[in-house]
Amino acid sequence: MSSFSVTEPSKRSKWFAGTLVIVYALVTMVPLAWIMLTGFKSPSDAISYPPKVVFEPTLEGYVNLFTTRTRQTDEFLAANPPETWYDEIVREYDMVIAGPSKFGERFLNSVVIGFGSTFLSIFLGTLAAYAFSRFKIPLADDLLFFILSTRMMPPIAVAIPIFLMYRQLGLSDTHLGMILLYTGVNISLAVWLLKGFIDEIPLEYEEAALIDGYTRFQAFYKVVLPQAATGIASTAIFCLIFAWNEYAFAVLLTSGTAQTAPPFIPTIIGVGGLDWPAVAAGATIFLLPVMIFTILLRKHLLRGITFGAVRK
Amino acid sequence: MTDTPATRAAKATPVRVARKIKGLSDRAIAWIFVGPTIFLLLAINIFPLIWTINLSFTNFRANRPNREVDYVGLRNYERILTDSDIWLNMQATAHFLFWTIFFQVLIGFTLAYLINKKFKGNDLWTTIIVLPMMLSPAVVGNFWKFLYQPQIGLFNYIVAFLSGKDPSSFEMLGSVQLAPWSIVIVDTWMWTPFVMLICLAGLRSIPDYIYEAAEVDRASKLRQFFTITIPMVLPFLMLAVLFRGIENFKMFDLVVQLTGGGPGSTTELTSINLKREAFEKWRTGYASAYAIILFVTVFGLASIYVKALNKVKER
Repeated sequence: MSSFSVTEPSKRSKWFAGTLVIVYALVTMVPLAWIMLTGFKSPSDAISYPPKVVFEPTLEGYVNLFTTRTRQTDEFLAANPPETWYDEIVREYDMVIAGPSKFGERFLNSVVIGFGSTFLSIFLGTLAAYAFSRFKIPLADDLLFFILSTRMMPPIAVAIPIFLMYRQLGLSDTHLGMILLYTGVNISLAVWLLKGFIDEIPLEYEEAALIDGYTRFQAFYKVVLPQAATGIASTAIFCLIFAWNEYAFAVLLTSGTAQTAPPFIPTIIGVGGLDWPAVAAGATIFLLPVMIFTILLRKHLLRGITFGAVRK
Repeated sequence: MTDTPATRAAKATPVRVARKIKGLSDRAIAWIFVGPTIFLLLAINIFPLIWTINLSFTNFRANRPNREVDYVGLRNYERILTDSDIWLNMQATAHFLFWTIFFQVLIGFTLAYLINKKFKGNDLWTTIIVLPMMLSPAVVGNFWKFLYQPQIGLFNYIVAFLSGKDPSSFEMLGSVQLAPWSIVIVDTWMWTPFVMLICLAGLRSIPDYIYEAAEVDRASKLRQFFTITIPMVLPFLMLAVLFRGIENFKMFDLVVQLTGGGPGSTTELTSINLKREAFEKWRTGYASAYAIILFVTVFGLASIYVKALNKVKER
């Protein structure tokens, strides 16, 4: 391309556009930055007026997030000096650490259910997507549309019969129940996205392999799967993020054993109401992995969020 | 022949080994591959849907599973459609839908247009802008509740600082006038990047030569914008609106964490109302009918919209 072009924006308009976009980006980051800062504040700094930007950072929020504490008498505190750094932090409030809080458990549930349902969605989704892409399946278009339309139901509407069904089957508040449920919701996304990725792999590769004596199945996993690896990986991240973020089913169908982090974080109560630094710490730990994944995914983001309807 | 993975793989595997395994027919493989997915969808989506339809004709209550269940015909549907409270929820939902889409399209398109000027570092800033939409809506709702606190919240502080008002003089979540707007603000903050990304794809799909031709014809920039840019981006924009429309019609997690439907029922969107009926008042039959009405509404509106979208695409 020549250095002068009618479609190339002028320097001034680039500068102008850049400034506006950067200002928007900075403003939009304020809430996120604020919540991350709040995680490192003491409870009194967190609710001070005017809001404090400069403060003495403390890990109190994180300690409170992961522990339960009890108040103790002065004699007890004097007789038992603090043993660890986190013990020392809670001593300031005449408290001792009583044990771990439920957060670790809930976070682990999010990991197990997230990865479990992602694995299952990708496994089933890849097979189905390959079949839809390569074979003539009767009513394929209708089936695909049906798979998509299942996403139009409000989750609460689906939750009513699932709630009854799970109660009958003993799947309420179990990891398996949640994994199956999230797989059922995610599989539509997985099939649509993966079909798009597999459609893009030229048929010639498989044909060559078939001529060379491969069976269909060998051609599928030795030729198609390696070619679709990037697509599979980004689809997996989308499924994982969905399961990770899901709230409605989690709050209605789980209460203890299998509860994930999103319904748990807003319920972290401290002395005199919500313990905002602990809530903020929980939110930070919970949101950070998704932010990292989003940055890794940026090239396929559009495709994932539009069910493959828009491909760059 | 070129060195493709297929040829490499073929060279690596002796032919006689490959021939030993008799493969399944394509037809069998197709069904084996699709079968489990269809089964799962039937179990998790279709079976529950049919069950919901069935329940919607009954007076079943899930908290009293042993009570005798009567079929009440269409009475649940009748009661919902004549209930004036539900129309209030519909209005709240319509307000939320209209304004979120309005602001997201406006800001999202503007941002995409600016990013498409290809200034230095635009990729980096795009990635930063996109972050909010990938986060958990429930957690986002929860921390915006903190930002909206009248005395201590950052949002109130900034608005007060800019307007010179007292920060405790207005409650974003506690006032009947402001609460519907506070949920619009958070949803717009979160989802504008979505519309932006789709618009950006639309803008990037316009080939340069069209603008070059327009330039040769001496069409003004403004005219180029209205006769080339807008019509070419429109199908993309409509798609974005479709996605946002469906998503926000189902909206639950973000708003339930922010306002819980309050104050009163000013931000009680249909999904939140449905949750109350189904899981707090335990009117399962009634709530099932409600769920079906919502589903049919979304499905109907979406189908009409997709037809319109296809017409625009054909042009």
